[in-house]
Amino acid sequence: MRRVGFAVVTALLLSSTAYAQDKIKVGVTATLEGTYTVLGEDGMRGHVTALNVLGKKIGDKELEFVVASTDATPDSAVRAVRKLIEQDKVQILLSPLSGDEGIAVKNFAKTHPELTFVNAASGAQETTYVDPAPNFFRFNMDGAQWQVGLGKYAYETKGYRKIATVGEDYSFIYTQVFGLALEFCGLGGKISSRQWVPLGTKDFASVIAALPDDVDAIYLGLGGADAVNFLNQYQQAGGKAHLMGGSIMIDQTILSSKGNAKNALVGTIAASGQADTWEDPRWQKFVKAYQDSFPPEKRFPSPSLLATNYYGSTMALILALREVNGDLSNNQAKLKAALAKIEIDAPNGKIKLDSNRQAIGTNFVTEVVDDGKGALFSKVVKVIPDVNQTLGYDAATFAKIGLPSRTVPECKKY
Amino acid sequence: MSRFIERHAIWSLIILLGVALAAWLIFAVWPPGLEEAIGRKKVFLSAVFNGITLGGLYFLVASGFTLIFGLMRNVNLAHGSLYLFGGYVGYGISSATGSWILAFIAAFIVVAVIGVLLQLLVFRRMEGQDLRQTMVTIGLSIVFADLMLWAFGGDFYQIQTPAWLIGPIQLPLMTAMKSSGEAVFLQYPLVRLVIFCGSVVIGIAMWLALNRTRVGMIVRAGVDDREILAATGVQIQLVFVLVFALGAGLAGIAGVVGGTFQSISPGEDTRFLLASLVVVIVGGMGSIPGAALGALIIGLAEQLGSVYIPTYAIVVTFLIMVLVLALRPQGLLARR
Repeated sequence: MRRVGFAVVTALLLSSTAYAQDKIKVGVTATLEGTYTVLGEDGMRGHVTALNVLGKKIGDKELEFVVASTDATPDSAVRAVRKLIEQDKVQILLSPLSGDEGIAVKNFAKTHPELTFVNAASGAQETTYVDPAPNFFRFNMDGAQWQVGLGKYAYETKGYRKIATVGEDYSFIYTQVFGLALEFCGLGGKISSRQWVPLGTKDFASVIAALPDDVDAIYLGLGGADAVNFLNQYQQAGGKAHLMGGSIMIDQTILSSKGNAKNALVGTIAASGQADTWEDPRWQKFVKAYQDSFPPEKRFPSPSLLATNYYGSTMALILALREVNGDLSNNQAKLKAALAKIEIDAPNGKIKLDSNRQAIGTNFVTEVVDDGKGALFSKVVKVIPDVNQTLGYDAATFAKIGLPSRTVPECKKY
Repeated sequence: MSRFIERHAIWSLIILLGVALAAWLIFAVWPPGLEEAIGRKKVFLSAVFNGITLGGLYFLVASGFTLIFGLMRNVNLAHGSLYLFGGYVGYGISSATGSWILAFIAAFIVVAVIGVLLQLLVFRRMEGQDLRQTMVTIGLSIVFADLMLWAFGGDFYQIQTPAWLIGPIQLPLMTAMKSSGEAVFLQYPLVRLVIFCGSVVIGIAMWLALNRTRVGMIVRAGVDDREILAATGVQIQLVFVLVFALGAGLAGIAGVVGGTFQSISPGEDTRFLLASLVVVIVGGMGSIPGAALGALIIGLAEQLGSVYIPTYAIVVTFLIMVLVLALRPQGLLARR
């Protein structure tokens, strides 16, 4: 009896190793809970679109994906990643979505040097700028890169001289305000106040009341439910200032939310890693693939920044895996080398990595327009290619500015 | 009142001074020195008003919670789910019919029916077993949250504010004096004031119903001693069902309110459950005036905190709870 049992166990073990050989297991995390739920859902749509376009085959192996949910907090991300590695035995991670999560997962990646981590969409500067993990690759730009061009457009074309900012109190928005402030203040603009609200704030009435009256525009660095709540209450309070938006504020996640509060955003200028109405054929093809992958009521009219990022990172991973023919031997050394030097033709422009494995890509200055049927889109104003992490500054000057935080950078020319 | 002053002379003085200071801060034009020290008066006044109106919303949620607890000794941890579901129902009705008022009525009725079902199918079967009820309601809240996520998705829903409530109105409170001597008055969102008035009316109606009607008398008697009340021939189970329906219905109404001046989305259920827990702990479990006072304190603390100490705003709420638990563990206005 015991011998039979042993034989069965051995057979099981053998079959499971044989099984593992033709599958490559990839763990994916997205914020499917909390304030950023809508962002996570659309990120996953981008991921699925990439699989529809590129397929799951790597040579004679097949990709298998395991999805775990987070809520934009760093501990939830680490918990999800750990579960994927320890329980689901994934070999590659496509994670995470949000800024603070990114910093935590990057640090966690160092404890698993044998695995490969491809960032899904997170955009805090610190993730790849400070003490980067050798096995962590980011194929999207960071929050500061995504603001390139906005300060100049606001100052020179719109004539804004003095602005105030409202942002969620965490690393990604610090990075966004960092990018904005360097450019806007560098030209001579002033930022008269910076308000920070906790992620998940519902009642913005007091924040709105505390906005200064004597500014040309108010910059909003909010996302998901926070952005919708802010706009709703801003409308109720009768707010009429010019608005400027961060990358996840002026995005389909907000522009196609229900209710009419979003109409306050028409005419708002913003900058991001994409623009809804870009005419580039690669972008148009991606939009079409996204629209074809889901019925209209289960998606946005046009992919959000998160969908684009998830698409890009999934694409980079699949192409790199194909280049090495799915060879994960020797602690995935070949895959890591391939990822580090691959250059992808992403929907939002060419992307390649720098020595910190951080994306260098294309940025877009946009303005929100109504398409005449009540749907809002971001229209291209300017396309800026080859934006790197130091935003064109030389490394030494950039290092002197300090890391993005509530008060860094100071509003001056560096 | 006069007995309170005789017994606690020093406390009365402190309270009186506090009220006088608050009145001065609200009505007087601030001297420039003060504006420099703590910011513009407009910001302060708005924060106070926001705190009070937010307190109104918290009161709506917490009053149902505390009513159910007071009578049935049942900590219903699925109360937040009732709030969220009420919001979704209200959204559905208001977007289908375009009527904001109808959304309130529908949310009240639908959620009250769910409350009745909960009482009949769940709580009645485990009467008097506090721990089991608590565990079951935690379980139910998780199940409800996932069901709602499945049905409504992760999207944010906002209930359309009717056109006549959009925009600010001018309140007769001066915020500043222009150099020309012209007074600047406070502009405040009308919808928040209307909602606040609504919750005051509901609060007073509940207080009157509890203290001036026969049913209210039965409920109060039930709070004091269920067994004796049942022994006098009152159909206690019927009273339980009615109270549960009312408490749940109030949570449903609160959901519509929350969906109007904030938004509803997954996660709101636990946020409002936590808020009502804090409110009733501060105010006193089972006491309606306690819920009102607790809601006011927590609302003000949140809003003033978010303006003056934004980083630690969340801590303030819990600090208040800790202080109350340390100094007066039964809650500020608890009866026993």
